Amino acid sequence: MELVDAIINVLNSTIRLSVPLLLACLAGLYSERAGVFDIGLEGKMLAGAFAGAAAAAVYGSAWIGLVMAVLVSVGLALVHGFASITHRGNQIVSGVAINFIAAGSTIILGQAWFNQGGRTPSLPAEGRFGAITLPFAEQLRDVPVVGHIYSGLLSGHSLLAYVAFLAVPFTWWVLFRTRFGLRLRAVGENPAAVDTAGISVTWLRYRAVICTGILTGLAGSYMALSQNAGFVKDMTAGRGYIALAALIFAKWKPVPAMFACLLFGFLDALSIRLQGTPLPIVGRVPVQFMQALPYVLTVILLAGFIGKAIPPRAGGVPYVKER
Amino acid sequence: MSSPYTKLPAWADYGLIPLINLVVAFAVAGLVVLLVGENPLRAAIILVDGAFGSGNGLAYTLYYATNFIFTGLAVAVAFHCGLFNIGGEGQAYIAGLGVALVCLAFDHVLPWWLTFPLAILGAAAFGALWALIPAWLQAKRGSHIVITTIMFNFIAASVMVYMLVDVLKPLGSMAPQTRQFVEGGQLPKLGWMLAEFGLKVRPSAPLNLSFLLALLMAFVVWILIWRTRLGYEIRTMGFSPKAARYAGISEARIIIITMLISGALAGMMALNPIMGDQHNVSLDFVSGAGFVGIAVALMGRSHPAGIVPAAILFGMLYQGGAELAFEMPNISRDMIVIIQGLVILFAGALEHMFRPWVQAVFASFSPRSVGIGQPKKEAA
Repeated sequence: MELVDAIINVLNSTIRLSVPLLLACLAGLYSERAGVFDIGLEGKMLAGAFAGAAAAAVYGSAWIGLVMAVLVSVGLALVHGFASITHRGNQIVSGVAINFIAAGSTIILGQAWFNQGGRTPSLPAEGRFGAITLPFAEQLRDVPVVGHIYSGLLSGHSLLAYVAFLAVPFTWWVLFRTRFGLRLRAVGENPAAVDTAGISVTWLRYRAVICTGILTGLAGSYMALSQNAGFVKDMTAGRGYIALAALIFAKWKPVPAMFACLLFGFLDALSIRLQGTPLPIVGRVPVQFMQALPYVLTVILLAGFIGKAIPPRAGGVPYVKER
Repeated sequence: MSSPYTKLPAWADYGLIPLINLVVAFAVAGLVVLLVGENPLRAAIILVDGAFGSGNGLAYTLYYATNFIFTGLAVAVAFHCGLFNIGGEGQAYIAGLGVALVCLAFDHVLPWWLTFPLAILGAAAFGALWALIPAWLQAKRGSHIVITTIMFNFIAASVMVYMLVDVLKPLGSMAPQTRQFVEGGQLPKLGWMLAEFGLKVRPSAPLNLSFLLALLMAFVVWILIWRTRLGYEIRTMGFSPKAARYAGISEARIIIITMLISGALAGMMALNPIMGDQHNVSLDFVSGAGFVGIAVALMGRSHPAGIVPAAILFGMLYQGGAELAFEMPNISRDMIVIIQGLVILFAGALEHMFRPWVQAVFASFSPRSVGIGQPKKEAA
């Protein structure tokens, strides 16, 4: 019984830890499928988390926080779009710039507005997205296995967590079953063909970038308004990059993206759980090893040793209309 | 890279446009200062005064600039080959291990002028090694170097935490750092050079010999890129990989060699804080210098003659920013991170934004200078 509890516990924190990764990863999916590389997921998440926490602290409402988070994040996404779509700048350079701008301004503004060393004030319950108990979770609590999974694992997450997992089939549907999705994928593979069909490459890419902004805003909100009660400086701590790694790991597909994020979330949960406890056979595994594992796995994948990850063909290339 | 824009006179291309970009970046940074309720002009005065107003300030400015010259050169060399080495941070961090091993082994035995060359080799070798795997993966397996170098930054951070906490930390010590190096592992300070000019410099000011090494490396990079066959091949490769292949230049070889050079340059950055100032290796001693290198290289247009002043500018921001934090409690050193981001945005990603306007201005004065009067004209 203790083992089951421990497993449920680790899996539960796996879900919690993979939600921001999943949202950011899907965010990257829209942008990169449309041929705009986005290294700035990290920065947009961070800015979203800050804006969400700041607005929720001032207005005392989680929903206002969420809206602000999405607005700020979309704003940064549009800066990325302006640089890389309109001005055909280097997409990677632009993403790096956004990461720095977000990292610096969240600290400076946070310090200036709240005077708590870059933190935002701790949020009250109504300023956060609380846990949602699924129907019958209480009654089923004592049913072996099924009840444990239902009430211990699936129930009791915040609204945004459910949104994140519902966004996976939704994204799949948008990308592979709608006209917008077809065009979005086409513009990432062969923008000239899309242009020939009389569809604006620029507007299509802007829409993709806006989708990215919305989702990174949600990812930031989850971190600041649900996982934690407020913003702490540099709270995304590289998750945007892990999401990028997961995106590559998933070969730019929504459902594999979910599994990649769950895997990376699981590694994270496991490294927290195993801190200091020796394992059978291998002995004590250094925490740092577990922390580095997602990155190492991504590099191995990129090397083409576990199937080849082929990015969208027009990714990273600004589109210049022929005249 | 073929540019879809018409030509401008060289001085406008290399002087005016970067200057406009820079001014805009700082103007936006000024807006942020305004937003937190301080006076941007006063902030700028405090900043410049803190960085250049005293001998001590100048010594600190040049000390920080040393870091950025190394990392800026590292990014620039890779840029010339069309590669974006975002991993300078990790390469410098790992290079700290190389410096540490040399210093820990020899600081009791050898004088500093013998340890120093060994430490340079150690730093360069470890930095280059950390760049080798991403380079090899890019050259042979086509994996995108930007992603792999980012991943290697994180892996480097984990490796160094493990090394410092579990391996290199002396017994009985709590802080995750190596022991202090004795004299054989310490570089001489250069404060006396500033004192020659009549400036007052405290002996603790960290400007040290590696500053001269950085300047030497800037010169070496200039020779390498513009005066050697290898440099020509690197530039050809960056300009057009197709042309390079057609000319019989081995793509894989050039990518790997360029990244090794880039990694070695980033690695040498570790010498400055480790041997020059703190005399130990501690957690996170790079503290973002690898990333500042990106801004420095973009601002300096990947030319050593541009990189050195750009590095000094960022050194000024670092040192002046520390002073600013005293005077204006609302502005911390993180202001630099914003400025860095804005410089990367305006001098890098948006470098062509003001070009059409500049062209229009030039065209209204002399159409010839923008190539409009020529028979074969390009569409604007």
